[in-house]
Amino acid sequence: MQALTNRVKQVDRKKLSFIESLYLPAIIKGMFITFSHIFKRKPTVRYPEKTRTFSPVFRGLHVLNRDEQGRENCTACGLCAVACPAEAITMEGAERKPGEEGLYREEKYAARYEINMLRCIFCGLCEEACPKDAIYLSETFAPANFQRKGFIYGKEDLLIPNPVTEPEAYAKAKGGRVAVK
Amino acid sequence: MADEVKAPPANFKVTIDNITIEVAPGTTILTAAREIGGDVTPPAMCFYSKLQGSGGKCRTCLVEVAAGSTADPRPMPKLVASCRTTVMDGMIVKNITSDKVKDARAGVVEFLLLNHPLDCPICDQAGECHLQDLGYEHGKEGTRYEFPRRTFEKEDIGPYIQLHMTRCILCYRCTYVADQLTDKRVHGILDRGEHAEISTYISKAIENDFSGNMIDVCPVGALTDKTFRFKNRVWFTKPVDAHRNCENPKCCGKTTLWLRGEEVFRVTARKDQWGEVQSFDGKPGWICNTCRFDKKETKDWTIEGPTLINRHSVIAQGHYVGVIKPKETLQEVMGGREPLLLMDIHDVSEVNKLNIDLSKIQGPAHSNDFNK
Repeated sequence: MQALTNRVKQVDRKKLSFIESLYLPAIIKGMFITFSHIFKRKPTVRYPEKTRTFSPVFRGLHVLNRDEQGRENCTACGLCAVACPAEAITMEGAERKPGEEGLYREEKYAARYEINMLRCIFCGLCEEACPKDAIYLSETFAPANFQRKGFIYGKEDLLIPNPVTEPEAYAKAKGGRVAVK
Repeated sequence: MADEVKAPPANFKVTIDNITIEVAPGTTILTAAREIGGDVTPPAMCFYSKLQGSGGKCRTCLVEVAAGSTADPRPMPKLVASCRTTVMDGMIVKNITSDKVKDARAGVVEFLLLNHPLDCPICDQAGECHLQDLGYEHGKEGTRYEFPRRTFEKEDIGPYIQLHMTRCILCYRCTYVADQLTDKRVHGILDRGEHAEISTYISKAIENDFSGNMIDVCPVGALTDKTFRFKNRVWFTKPVDAHRNCENPKCCGKTTLWLRGEEVFRVTARKDQWGEVQSFDGKPGWICNTCRFDKKETKDWTIEGPTLINRHSVIAQGHYVGVIKPKETLQEVMGGREPLLLMDIHDVSEVNKLNIDLSKIQGPAHSNDFNK
């Protein structure tokens, strides 16, 4: 049979010599490799105490953005849903009533907004499509859940804390991040 | 030989972008180009073949006439509006083959967009907006305009039609509809120049039975259907051809229903490839307001089948053609029993709740409609 690669090595079946049959040199050689790793840099981190820094292009759990006055940015334009290759996003739009100007930035807003995290592939196309800076993929993982119904994220799960009414929660969620212009 | 005056030929030969076609005398360049079809056809924002007298306002259909006619082969000195210029025998027209035309059209698009707000994410016309297509195909990316844009007070023109004057590009199509389709025109253009605006006289509601056709002829989102307002995006609804026996003798009754599941979100007239209302037996298929605004149930209609949508249109997204549904293997694998943990998305999802029938709400949905 023709080999697929040229790295094929024929197994050597000749008799072992006396020294080889003691196995000790091979064991010492092996243990040397093992113990030498003690002095090398550890590729793992002690997870719960220490966390890895995310890459700047990491795409994690989605958030729905608010502006500085705490109004929702999303206008239910549907571009994220049409861009979504997994068809994970659904929404329903509504008209802003007089008196709701402090809640929604524009005259139309998403009354319902849902991301099915079971379908989502975290490609970030929704973020790219959004004309209103409303959806972002944050630097967190989608938490695990015992039931599948816990993965249907509604607006209450996605919206960031209101910077006006809940400044502490907003500051905590913001962390050490600074706005990039 | 002065008495040898030749009768004009029965058909004029006109060459548009190196494609020669024979058309009847009196045909405009735009109509001749539409007979050829494809990229050769200049875009038109104000011209509407079913409305007499329309055209000549937006200047998007500008073309270069390289040779006026066989008798007088001099080129026309300036670009001409193809919707208003009739062909001559031996005329040579350049549309997309002329750099002058492309440049001028980009300029026209920039002018049209001077005062047009960039609120496509809110606008219900987005996805079927001719200005979006025009800007995408012929426009430039940026604008050089630095001054405050023209804005208007929001005006209520009745329970069915929503007027957004800021989006208007003053194509006058809706006034022609009011003039030619309805018996009494109650809306028109007020003021002039930059201040010109569409309005009803003394905020008189448009109650005529054919006023809804203004929505169909509006190339932008200035006139939109209030019963469909913010209900859904055009590309998430599924268009199907349908008809009903309308009592109104002037109504053709052949429409396109825009469905979401079983709900009829919107009813429009059928559009042809130029975005105009289709003709049936030589008559434009205008529909009456009863068909358009009041018949919002599938049982009112005889559905003929899905509307053919251009594959390149955003409306065609999610229209999977020729889908073969894979065989349901769950039963087989599970030995005949249902899986214990099977999630029905509708048990969890808050979207498309069965108790909220958006198509039954008269105007746009509000927060109280959802927080029932």
